[in-house]
Amino acid sequence: MQGCSIERPCVYASRHPIETGRLMTKTSLSLDTSPAIYVEHLRKEYGSKVAVQDLSLQVERGEVFGFLGPNGAGKTTTIKMLNGLVRPTSGRLSVLGRPLGDREAKKRIGFLPELFRFHEWMRAEEFLDFHGSLYGLSRGERKQRIPEALKLVGLEGRSRSRLRTFSKGMLQRIGIAQAVLADPLLVFLDEPTSALDPLGRRDVRDIIRTLQERGVTVFLNSHLLGEVEAVCDRVAIIKDGEVAALGPKAGLLGGEHVVEVWVTDMPERLLHEVRRRYRVVGAEARGQGQARGPAPTGGRAPVAVNTECRLSLHLSNGEAPALVELLVGGGARVHEVTPRQRSLEDLFVDVVQVGGDR
Amino acid sequence: MGGALILARFTFREAIRKKMVIWVLVLSAIFVGLYAYGFSSLRSNYLERVADGQEPPFGFAVFAGVMTVLGFYTVNFLSGVMAIFASVGSVAAEVDAGTFHAIVPKPVSRWEIVLGKWLGYALMLAAYVSLMCLSVLLVARYIGGYTPPNRVAGSALVVLVSLVLLSLTVLGSTFFSSLTNGIIVFMLYGVALMGGVVEQIGEFLQNDTLTSIGVGTSLVIPSDAVWRTASYLLQQSGGFSIQAIQTPFTASSNPSNAMLVYAVFYAAGALGLSTWVFGRRDL
Ligand SMILES: Nc1ncnc2c1ncn2[C@@H]1O[C@H](COP(=O)(O)OP(=O)(O)O)[C@@H](O)[C@H]1O
Ligand SMILES: [Mg+2]
Repeated sequence: MQGCSIERPCVYASRHPIETGRLMTKTSLSLDTSPAIYVEHLRKEYGSKVAVQDLSLQVERGEVFGFLGPNGAGKTTTIKMLNGLVRPTSGRLSVLGRPLGDREAKKRIGFLPELFRFHEWMRAEEFLDFHGSLYGLSRGERKQRIPEALKLVGLEGRSRSRLRTFSKGMLQRIGIAQAVLADPLLVFLDEPTSALDPLGRRDVRDIIRTLQERGVTVFLNSHLLGEVEAVCDRVAIIKDGEVAALGPKAGLLGGEHVVEVWVTDMPERLLHEVRRRYRVVGAEARGQGQARGPAPTGGRAPVAVNTECRLSLHLSNGEAPALVELLVGGGARVHEVTPRQRSLEDLFVDVVQVGGDR
Repeated sequence: MGGALILARFTFREAIRKKMVIWVLVLSAIFVGLYAYGFSSLRSNYLERVADGQEPPFGFAVFAGVMTVLGFYTVNFLSGVMAIFASVGSVAAEVDAGTFHAIVPKPVSRWEIVLGKWLGYALMLAAYVSLMCLSVLLVARYIGGYTPPNRVAGSALVVLVSLVLLSLTVLGSTFFSSLTNGIIVFMLYGVALMGGVVEQIGEFLQNDTLTSIGVGTSLVIPSDAVWRTASYLLQQSGGFSIQAIQTPFTASSNPSNAMLVYAVFYAAGALGLSTWVFGRRDL
């Protein structure tokens, strides 16, 4: 992580997070190349409960950043701190190169809250008009952008409906419309698809791609890993309020493969050996038996074997032949060795399960 | 500051949409109707007595004066209750509902949000009190043929009463849930009414303990002290005094101007404190 300087003002004084105006650069926000989000040693305690332990990360301009973690890991709390809803206990952070609470930065930030509760007596267009005016959009700008935003989220026919009559999925859509209304440079989406059906999820994926094409930075917090995998450039997995894995999606997922192995007559000892040499993430052994035929290791007593054994294990590139040799040499009958690309889910389970469940 | 105006407008629209405005106006129209009816029957009763030769000991202006102050008192009470109940959840309800999550990250300051909501309610209350005071004055004039002194000052002080209560309620709303806040502020309001009566009795009996209790409650919540000044002003006639007639709602002695200044600072201070508390709160 880089330190702070005038050009890179990751400013934030932990005791006075709401105050603004220190070390402001005069570059316009959209030309500024400072990180879209900069977080260093961020911590939040609610009384004695630590919600975010010690979080450091940086999101570059134009990135779609996936922010993952199990329930209660501190994702929402982090997003709330980045949006000035919650005061950090300590740490530094800046958004769009500006200190927290900076008005110019806030004009270019969109946020879909996790609970997406809105004033339900409003009509859809009235709701967007209210939020547009909070963004400081002129009447003319609002007139132009509200229909665009409604169209983007597929609610163009419902502009006169009251939010009270909206389903949860529609509320989530109007929440997204509100977040992208002011031509943002940075958009936070906290579980944007939690209330959506599969079609809605696909729509959100398309919206994120549209934003990505426009160069908008998207900070996406979702537990739907397929979704994150489909759209994100970089991913952080957090656990217990700390970053447990961080990197480009390709880097995190590539390099290693998951190999599914189906063998029979797998000697117990060989299974131990495989477990010792490789990172086994799944093993399913059925039926104890004795080796058929002479054991290849020599003429000793019959060996205990698993009649059927399915394994998933992590392999680096080029390790597959050695694995097959080991299995065959150990007396197992190999039926299938299927490599597949590691999915985000594998990574997630892997990272989050280290040290057991919470 | 622009943000505060947006929130003020929002608050006003919310009150209209939630049908608060319409019901307040309907019930107030009923009140004005009853008041006018009462006033006119008082007048015909008085005239009947005069015709029968049983002229009451006071002129009609005395009765009309008391009726007018009672009318103002009712407006004062209604607007006070309205100030409390309209704003009881101004912050708390939005926090509980989570609606602030989409508003606070916008380019508006937190103090603008609180100030804007306060402003929205304050303007509605000021408009309401003005309308109602005007109705009372029109009834007094066209039915009772009576016009009290210090009409503008008296009405302005009734507005001040509602602003004191509004600020206190908004402050409470940054700490407590709507229900708790409503109960607390309403109890304080009741205590202030009691305190006012106690203070007047204390003054009448020249009992310092009672007077101090009254002054103490006025410091905790100066709504009733301001009302008593309004009441005093509305009865202050040059030629004769109608203050011979004592009711718990009217004032015989002029509370100090210091109390009015205190009330203004109290309202501003409570509002300032609520922006400060809300500014530091986790949402
Ligand atoms: N207002 C609060 N008071 C106390 N604890 C909280 C509060 N908000 C969140 N927490 C706790 O902080 C932890 C992180 O919560 P959160 O950020 O919502 O997690 P996530 O969004 O990753 O599921 C949880 O253990 C939660 O119980
Ligand atoms: Mg969450």
